[in-house]
Amino acid sequence: MVNVNLIDASGLSQTLHVLEGQSLMQAAVSAGVAGILGECGGSAMCATCHVYVDEAFADQLPTPLDTELEMLECTVSDRLPNSRLACQIKLSVLHEGLVVRLPDRQQ
Amino acid sequence: MDSFTPSLAMETSPLGVPVVDIDPYCDEFLSEPYAAHRQLREAGPVVWIPAYGIYACARHESVQAVFNDPGTFISGAGVGLANFNKESPFRPKSLILEADPPSHTKARTVLARILSPKTVMQIRATFTSEAESLVDRLMTRQAAGEVIDAVKDLSEVYPLKVFPDAVGVGDADRENLLLYGNMIFNSFGPRNERLQKSAELVQPVTAWIMAHCQRENLRSGGFGDLIYQAADAGEITHDEAPLLVRSFLSAGVDTTVNGISNAILCLANYPAEYAKLCLDHSLARPAFEESLRFESAVQTFFRTTSKDTELFGVQIPKDSKVVTFLAAANRDERQWSDPDSFDVRRRARGHMAFGSGIHGCVGQVVARLEGEVILTALAKRVSRIELIGAPKRRLNNTLRAMASMPVRLIPA
Repeated sequence: MVNVNLIDASGLSQTLHVLEGQSLMQAAVSAGVAGILGECGGSAMCATCHVYVDEAFADQLPTPLDTELEMLECTVSDRLPNSRLACQIKLSVLHEGLVVRLPDRQQ
Repeated sequence: MDSFTPSLAMETSPLGVPVVDIDPYCDEFLSEPYAAHRQLREAGPVVWIPAYGIYACARHESVQAVFNDPGTFISGAGVGLANFNKESPFRPKSLILEADPPSHTKARTVLARILSPKTVMQIRATFTSEAESLVDRLMTRQAAGEVIDAVKDLSEVYPLKVFPDAVGVGDADRENLLLYGNMIFNSFGPRNERLQKSAELVQPVTAWIMAHCQRENLRSGGFGDLIYQAADAGEITHDEAPLLVRSFLSAGVDTTVNGISNAILCLANYPAEYAKLCLDHSLARPAFEESLRFESAVQTFFRTTSKDTELFGVQIPKDSKVVTFLAAANRDERQWSDPDSFDVRRRARGHMAFGSGIHGCVGQVVARLEGEVILTALAKRVSRIELIGAPKRRLNNTLRAMASMPVRLIPA
């Protein structure tokens, strides 16, 4: 299990327990997190699992692939330098304590 | 002997793999597949169908696993029953559907950009107003005494209007796209009578289809033209461009036509669920999503193993065909609570109706837009959808398709 700290747009935070190897999107959707839709099921097709990764953890995640970068141009909320798609973030023990913030809208 | 015979394949059932002796292409199965889907799921995550000599996955976990290991379960040898390593494809292979990385990635990048959520923001207003005015016209015709067929008058008309408009195809003879889609989706099954008949119907319009993949017949700035612009930019070759336009024409119409038909049928069959949508129009999108899960327009796709592999304890040799039952995964009791009930408030995300992984439907955001705006337009104007005759299915080797659905649209 990897613990991830999710902070929604209103500032409320919750801890998500993610199975190793699972994507952040899958874990969030399974846990019923309202601020992550993941409509396409993880194919990097819909930009509805947009998250902002806390700067302190930026170096710990692999750089986004071209498909993810293309899709990040399609987010409804502002794209920031730390914008990622949660479906492309596969978690391992290395990410214990990861902090991500949710945008105010996904659609 | 090079022709495939089922009896030949039956002798080679692999040891230790649960056998399910069904014919997923017979009329009975295609008319009402759900009991057989359950039988497939109960038998195991990976089973053997002797009639066609194929491995089959019908549980959510196994369908998802196959789609998300595209290096082992490849598409380049065909996503239908035919194994292109052993027989030649009946048409030039699709550059996106029947391809693997790295060439697939190139085509996918171009299509994904053209069909992106950003595009959807741009086309939403037009798609919405076309949906609204179509339903308005149907209400007027009905008030004048006409019986409305929800398939012929609505779910065929709407995608045939908005999608070829967006691709940039002229107005004339667009029904040809329905014949073409019907044939293409039949071609993923066996070379049976159903395929043969649909191929005969499409034969006279083949030249029309191919002509509409050419740049001179595509409106400047439309999705088709954007493919050619990608070729101008060197992302793909100019020889590849018409084949990618062909993917719009084959995959972009019959799928959404039947997605919308199935959604309307669900809402007619479950009036209490439709009533919830009428009270809260924001349920249009989840309602369409649930209908995709409940009656998936695309029922099956195949993969081919690129090497000897093991899937949920079953040994599968290299170059085997594996069929995935998307629609069965979408009613898997292991994944969904009460899977045989249609519930517009369900969180249906994670269904397999668009596939999953690198080959997940590249047009899915446009498909969702079409479904959402049609259901919203109906919910605003129609308080109840009543079936006034038995809806008729159009049997297709791959699609859960409809031929007709006479309805009475009770005004709101």
